[in-house]
Amino acid sequence: MGLLDQKFDNSNIIITTMDDLLNWARLSSLWGMQFGLACCAIEMMATGASHYDLDRFGTFFRGSPRQSDVMIVAGTVTLKMASRIKTLYDQMAEPRYVISMGSCSNCGGPYWEHGYHVLKGVDRVVPVDVYVPGCPPRPEALMEGLLKLQEKIRTESRVKKRSA
Amino acid sequence: MIQQEIHEILAATFPEAILGATLEGVHDPSVQVAPDHIVEVARFLRDDDRFQFDTLMCLSGMDFTGGKLGVVYHLHSIAKSHKLTLKIEVPVEDPRCQSVESVWKTANWHEREAYDLIGVVFDGHPDLRRILLPYDWDGHPLRKDYQVPEFYNGMKVPY
Repeated sequence: MGLLDQKFDNSNIIITTMDDLLNWARLSSLWGMQFGLACCAIEMMATGASHYDLDRFGTFFRGSPRQSDVMIVAGTVTLKMASRIKTLYDQMAEPRYVISMGSCSNCGGPYWEHGYHVLKGVDRVVPVDVYVPGCPPRPEALMEGLLKLQEKIRTESRVKKRSA
Repeated sequence: MIQQEIHEILAATFPEAILGATLEGVHDPSVQVAPDHIVEVARFLRDDDRFQFDTLMCLSGMDFTGGKLGVVYHLHSIAKSHKLTLKIEVPVEDPRCQSVESVWKTANWHEREAYDLIGVVFDGHPDLRRILLPYDWDGHPLRKDYQVPEFYNGMKVPY
């Protein structure tokens, strides 16, 4: 239990807010959707594998969008693929997040001028929470992207009424 | 066998199908074939014991500009260890030629790619559909005069 280990007397009670508790739980188990589009996916797989070990952040990849919290768009988004990505995003349960990994999915990357078949940024079809630059980004960069997403989730509120 | 000899035999066997040859220079030596005779020339090159071109290494669609499209065939014989390049030219207004799918099965997907990106139509191909681009794509993007569309299915294409 790390921080809480043997720190209490008899009344082991913590006072916190629902938001803090829920957000702590959500950001500590960000399940990613297991799909890759190009060379960035190789870096993503390396990040998930034992050497960089995404599991220690609570992230591991699921085979179904229904079970996923975060979609890591790792690679070149072709126009043919873009409609599929939109479908997968729509199939994810809310709250859902998108990390755009690498130059291609950020802005078209090397295909920005002559790529007749490339969508110039995945944010043209789905909303993006975190952009990770690089071509491809190193595993450390992708992990920082995930940590940034955790910071974002930490400041959200799921339980407060939304003002009209 | 060197390409000079192959060309001489081909020109003697198919006088109306062989339009010429480029045997000198830095490029691979190539033989120009009439587009509506490519299948018989290809089958002859595959089956004749002197050639035994059992492998179609590559089939490329080309835009030669000036109203000419074309197809380039790179042949290799594993048995004889020799190579040959065939070229055909078709007019851009009516870019039709014969399919060599019946000679080398490799040609199936290669011809679909050439059709997809350049727009050469291969008569006799069993399944001439687009292979890379979506089926509802408009035009053939590797032509030199291709204009990138502003939108595809509601998605903006230019940067």
